[in-house]
Amino acid sequence: MKLCCTVNGEWCALDDVAGSESLLRLLRERLRLPGTKNACEQGECGSCTVYVDGESVCSCLVAAGQVDGSDIVTVEGLADGADAHPVQEAFVSAGAVQCGFCTPGLVVAAHALLARTPDPTDAELREALAGNLCRCTGYEKIFDAVRIAAGKTEAT
Amino acid sequence: MRFLRPGTMAEACALKAEYPDALVIAGGTDVMVGVNFGRTDPLVMLDLTGIGELAQWRSSGEDIHIGAGLTYSRIVAELGDALPALASASRTVGSVQIRNRATLAGNLGTASPAGDALPPLLAADAAVELVSAGGARTVPATEFCVAPGRSVLQRDELIAGVRIARRRGPQHFAKVGPRNAMVIAVASIATTMDPANRTVAVGCGAVAPTPVRARAAEEFAAAALDWNGEAVLPKGTAAEFGALVADACSPIDDVRAGARYRRRAIEVLAGRALRRMWDEHLRRVE
Repeated sequence: MKLCCTVNGEWCALDDVAGSESLLRLLRERLRLPGTKNACEQGECGSCTVYVDGESVCSCLVAAGQVDGSDIVTVEGLADGADAHPVQEAFVSAGAVQCGFCTPGLVVAAHALLARTPDPTDAELREALAGNLCRCTGYEKIFDAVRIAAGKTEAT
Repeated sequence: MRFLRPGTMAEACALKAEYPDALVIAGGTDVMVGVNFGRTDPLVMLDLTGIGELAQWRSSGEDIHIGAGLTYSRIVAELGDALPALASASRTVGSVQIRNRATLAGNLGTASPAGDALPPLLAADAAVELVSAGGARTVPATEFCVAPGRSVLQRDELIAGVRIARRRGPQHFAKVGPRNAMVIAVASIATTMDPANRTVAVGCGAVAPTPVRARAAEEFAAAALDWNGEAVLPKGTAAEFGALVADACSPIDDVRAGARYRRRAIEVLAGRALRRMWDEHLRRVE
């Protein structure tokens, strides 16, 4: 099928898309945007989190055909040119990255949380990031990063 | 493969009549897992997310009409006051990312006995609206699922929405699983109380081949509760209620839990639900 959508502000028209393939595959293989990670392909890990029409979703569970006409933002679209987004800066300053595989998904999930709830409680923070698995950090540094991004604590 | 994306329900019904084997997709959070792992390789997919009206809810007298495409995130955000049990259950579905896509009708279409939103539909006497090119029919939620993964939905039919009564009193939902998020229920329960009509209703999940009502427990509670007075729950009432709810269930051993554990879990959850609803009822009476 022919597919048109906006990805990180850029209009894309794609031919010969299999409507049943996942948005994740479309982003990584067709659009060469490898920031969005492929891990579980069943919505369990959150590594593939992107925005579709302003909502954070697992791109592995969205069929490509469903995003015809949609506005998609991936982790590559959060930075302002060469300047990292404050959420990304906070992940760096908190040391919230170890192997890094979960980081793009967590950055988008944290971005989505703060867009909706700029000053989250710890309970809200945990609930909002419950769908993103990290096997390295034990999450504490990740929570620190979100607190820094929310301006609740200073980077050390 | 063909990917069909109708803009109206009438168009969708016509396409389902033409392609009865089309794989229907809305939120995709269940369907796409099968597609990603090659368990389903659809020749035709029928996507309902292009139908704006399906993603809406509206008040209709004492009922709320929920369109098949309304996401759990919106149920949590918009229907917590009117439908507390359903909103609580919705909040336990997957993660934020899942709730932003997944729909109430998806739980019905999948017809899993563990579908989080199904016990609240049963406990509120909800009705499921089905449509096809040939017409429409309404099925009580209690009769919708017939076996694990199987429902009364016919090949040419689509789920249009659900009609569910606005709360008439305290409601409760609880779910047991290994984590607070991202779990398929080991046991779940939704309960509703209607003090004006002196009734209690119970829907149980993951403890039988389909979600089930616990009628004997409901009748027991309706008779045992002191509807006229403001008395605390008589001693032993919650325990007996819990035992009767467990008797209505027929759990199995599987990878997630054993039958004995499930039976005990639903018994405890039921007793707790009755106590919490009655406490809330008394606070309202005061």
